[in-house]
Amino acid sequence: MQKTLVIDPGKCTGCKQCEMACSYVKEGTFNPSKSRIRVFDFHTEARFVPYTCTQCDDAWCQQACPVDAITTDPVSGVKQVHDNLCVGCKVCTIACPFGTINYNVSTGKVIKCDHCGGDPECVKACPTQAIVYSDAEQAGFDKMRQWAAKTDNAPQTTA
Amino acid sequence: MAWTRKILRVNLTTGTCETEPLNMEWAKKYLGQRGLGTKYLIEEIDPKVDPLSPDNKLIFATGPLTGTCASTAGRYSVITKGALTGAIACSNSGGYFGAELKFAGWDMIIFEGKAKRPVYLSIVDDKAELHSAKDLWGKSVWDTDAALKSIHQEPMMHVAAIGVAGEKGNMYACIVNDLHRAAGRSGVGTVMGSKNLKAVAVRGTQGVSVENFRAFMKATEAGKKTLQENAVTGEGLPAYGTQVLMNVINESGALPTRNFHDVQFESAHDISAEAMAEPRRSDGKPNLLANQACFSCTIACGRISKIDENHFTVVNKPEYWHASGGLEYEAAWALGAATGVKDLEALTYANFICNEQGYDPISFGSTLAAAMDMYEEGILTKKQTGGVELKFGSAEMLTQMAEMTGKCEGFGKQLALGSKRLCEKYGRAELSMSVKGQEFPAYDPRGIQGMGLAYATSNRGACHLRGYTVASEILGIPEKTDPLATDGKAGLVKAFQDATAAVDSAGLCVFTTFAWTLEDIAPQIDAACEGNWTPDTLLESGERIWNMERKFNLDAGFTGKDDSLPKRLLKDAAKTGPAKGLTSGLDKMLPEYYQVRGWNNKGVPTKETLNRLGV
Repeated sequence: MQKTLVIDPGKCTGCKQCEMACSYVKEGTFNPSKSRIRVFDFHTEARFVPYTCTQCDDAWCQQACPVDAITTDPVSGVKQVHDNLCVGCKVCTIACPFGTINYNVSTGKVIKCDHCGGDPECVKACPTQAIVYSDAEQAGFDKMRQWAAKTDNAPQTTA
Repeated sequence: MAWTRKILRVNLTTGTCETEPLNMEWAKKYLGQRGLGTKYLIEEIDPKVDPLSPDNKLIFATGPLTGTCASTAGRYSVITKGALTGAIACSNSGGYFGAELKFAGWDMIIFEGKAKRPVYLSIVDDKAELHSAKDLWGKSVWDTDAALKSIHQEPMMHVAAIGVAGEKGNMYACIVNDLHRAAGRSGVGTVMGSKNLKAVAVRGTQGVSVENFRAFMKATEAGKKTLQENAVTGEGLPAYGTQVLMNVINESGALPTRNFHDVQFESAHDISAEAMAEPRRSDGKPNLLANQACFSCTIACGRISKIDENHFTVVNKPEYWHASGGLEYEAAWALGAATGVKDLEALTYANFICNEQGYDPISFGSTLAAAMDMYEEGILTKKQTGGVELKFGSAEMLTQMAEMTGKCEGFGKQLALGSKRLCEKYGRAELSMSVKGQEFPAYDPRGIQGMGLAYATSNRGACHLRGYTVASEILGIPEKTDPLATDGKAGLVKAFQDATAAVDSAGLCVFTTFAWTLEDIAPQIDAACEGNWTPDTLLESGERIWNMERKFNLDAGFTGKDDSLPKRLLKDAAKTGPAKGLTSGLDKMLPEYYQVRGWNNKGVPTKETLNRLGV
């Protein structure tokens, strides 16, 4: 089963625990600027939105890479950057329409979310379940359910 | 580890920025933030210095845990000799600024001297530079924040700035970061303004490490679980914010109303958390839109509110039709119950103005309440107020005065003095509800006796954040004590004061202590920092910090006589509620407090006490 990060911005409080967990597991320090997931604060609208790579099936970054440093995990479908191949040309960062693959100055390689190999740290760190890891084919289930609840099919009372 | 071990020293007179190593001997005794920043200040300034002279210093200090994943570990403090009080000032703020400063690689910034012309400091990692603030001077905090992000093309920059209030010498000006989090009390923003320093803008990309990651992750995870499972930090604060207290404190007969004439506010519900969440009658939408966490905080008590667009305060001002920092309990009380105003939208607007122009809503509301008191007594007349009727309960007047105080215009200029100076000016010093020149927060010492002692002895003047015995006396945390009794309160106040000093110095938020004791906190600090940090060493560190602050105040000229409360609280009994008939029993608690502190009967720490603590 392929899994995906399902993000509900309505639950996000902007605490950045996800960024801390991500940077700790990937970089060994607490450093939000190196996090693969980022929380955006739309202050005047009272909205916080966590955002990260959605693991495109036919991925722009992968297509653009001139040295084939980005591969697809056959089981999870996750796109992975191979540091031993990446030359730091940054073409993938231009190709990605979502901005979710980025250059890391300290290593000279690009970095992106890889679902932590199937056990994402951001999910475990989120105190409000704004980020959950679930079946990729059922990512819309909760939203469908919410709308389903609004469907008025109550039995009509007749006079 | 945990500490970056680097201090940025900025001399505003000469315009230089220098790096120096953190004194690790002191760090091991005073931890960081409040404790360590105060140690530096005390070592470097004359306690008798005029707070607004170039010889006073202004320190921005983070704690060792600031910038880590420990819950609430995003805080910083501003330490200086307070403009409002002349006492030691240490104002603590959340938001994201403190963590960003740490990520840039700095434990602390020490500002000294005074710039000839307005300047701001930019920090991008190791690079710190002073720039002209000519084009920023006169701008609000909000406009300054936007301008600096644009000038530096750094949308992820975090800004701490003063508004017009700080520039123009409002005595209780704040330093506001991230638009609506503030180092709020004692006039730390006034000191910043006196140095011609408009803002500090920081971007950090270097990360923070800790001594033992494995132990730290384990300890912080356990801590977060405890917060989540606790009724206050896991349910009450996220859902209602600190405003959860409004109805509770009112029912306890400890909600100071109309300049402490009353201890219960008949319209408390109208300005409560519950009212913020209910759909408004006017437009069917609630005042409260969302809750917001500060950096790393898993509680998320912050309120984000939006004012009804048709409300008289903003109907012609679309620039205020957006969401921003909403009412916390203390602000809602000061702007509301203290002034007798029950219009939630008006309070929210006044709160926006406080954030926008950078001044403390607690001191502002209380000062306005004192002015109203004098107006109703006939001491102040329309002649002095510029034609304004300063009557308790008027929302129009509250919001008009908030605007004028923000800009130091008209009668706002007098309100910007703070209640002590204002009441002294008109010969009614006793109507200022303050200790050491700083206005009370939202708990009446007649209904919560321990708070009277906590206010009287607070090193930065009246304050709820130095020893929050409300937790014990009202909420039963860590154990219930009788709010109307004075017995045992001396020890209780000391215990809260010492523990709080340690929590503040670590870089954590004191709200965690609704769920955490030092038993929960010590393992987190111990894993992060070198040295041996146990509940006992933390408590000792807290006591050391408390005595160091006290000694500074005594050297500055304060005496035991300043550990007092206004006459109204000592002579006029509460008229209603559970405390009906009671006055503050400060005289019963204070001598015992001096004793448990190891101070003489004049409130001076004995040589033995200072030696024991190594002060």
